[in-house]
Amino acid sequence: MPCCHHLREVEIPYLTRNPIDPAVLLAEVSGPGRGGTTLFVGSVRQSPEDGPVVEIDYTAYEPMAEAEFERILREASDRWPEARIAARHRLGVVPLGEASVVVAAAAPHRGQSFDACRWVIEEVKRRLPVWKRERLADGAEQWSDNAGARHPTGPRSSGS
Amino acid sequence: MTTERPIEIQCRLFARYAEVVGTDRATLHLPPTATVADAVRELRERLPGGRALPERPLVAVNQAHARSTQPLTDGDELALLPPLAGG
Repeated sequence: MPCCHHLREVEIPYLTRNPIDPAVLLAEVSGPGRGGTTLFVGSVRQSPEDGPVVEIDYTAYEPMAEAEFERILREASDRWPEARIAARHRLGVVPLGEASVVVAAAAPHRGQSFDACRWVIEEVKRRLPVWKRERLADGAEQWSDNAGARHPTGPRSSGS
Repeated sequence: MTTERPIEIQCRLFARYAEVVGTDRATLHLPPTATVADAVRELRERLPGGRALPERPLVAVNQAHARSTQPLTDGDELALLPPLAGG
């Protein structure tokens, strides 16, 4: 099973428990022929639907998430052969305002870089086996998903 | 005709589904003709609180998204995935 990024020379996991530095991803995709770069940063936020979120605890089916990221970036590479794309998703507790996901796409022209970046983040949201447990200002916790559903949490399970 | 031995499937549950049934792993022994749907049915019947799991959850087999009609083979890892929330 692929576990890491095989499109680069050095294998770097897509999942990280540390803050994501967008500059690192920009450096990974830069190149003399790639004149257009798009950077997407998704951050933990508050919203009327979710309430006063103070942090989100992200968990994943980690080996599958690594493999799925690899599949998404391979498909992106087939669609935009001249683009170079880097992506990370953070796991563990992410405070309000910090980045949970970052995608950088560089290509010879801006159109390809915008399109590739947009496509990758949409596929990440649609396919990556990642879940979020939101903690609110009053201490309440809820599961929240990309279809807009929210459920109160139960006891924490022992596994990851 | 030979007697077909059952296949062993390692099951994993995540996030809210693990909370609902109180475990994140289960092992199933199923007929060799079993599909993903058969395994899900078995989990819903066998696990305490399993009825709270959806009849047709999002599933992965061996770390790739799969359909409910996909046949299973001995040693497969089946995962029940709550609605995704990446990003």
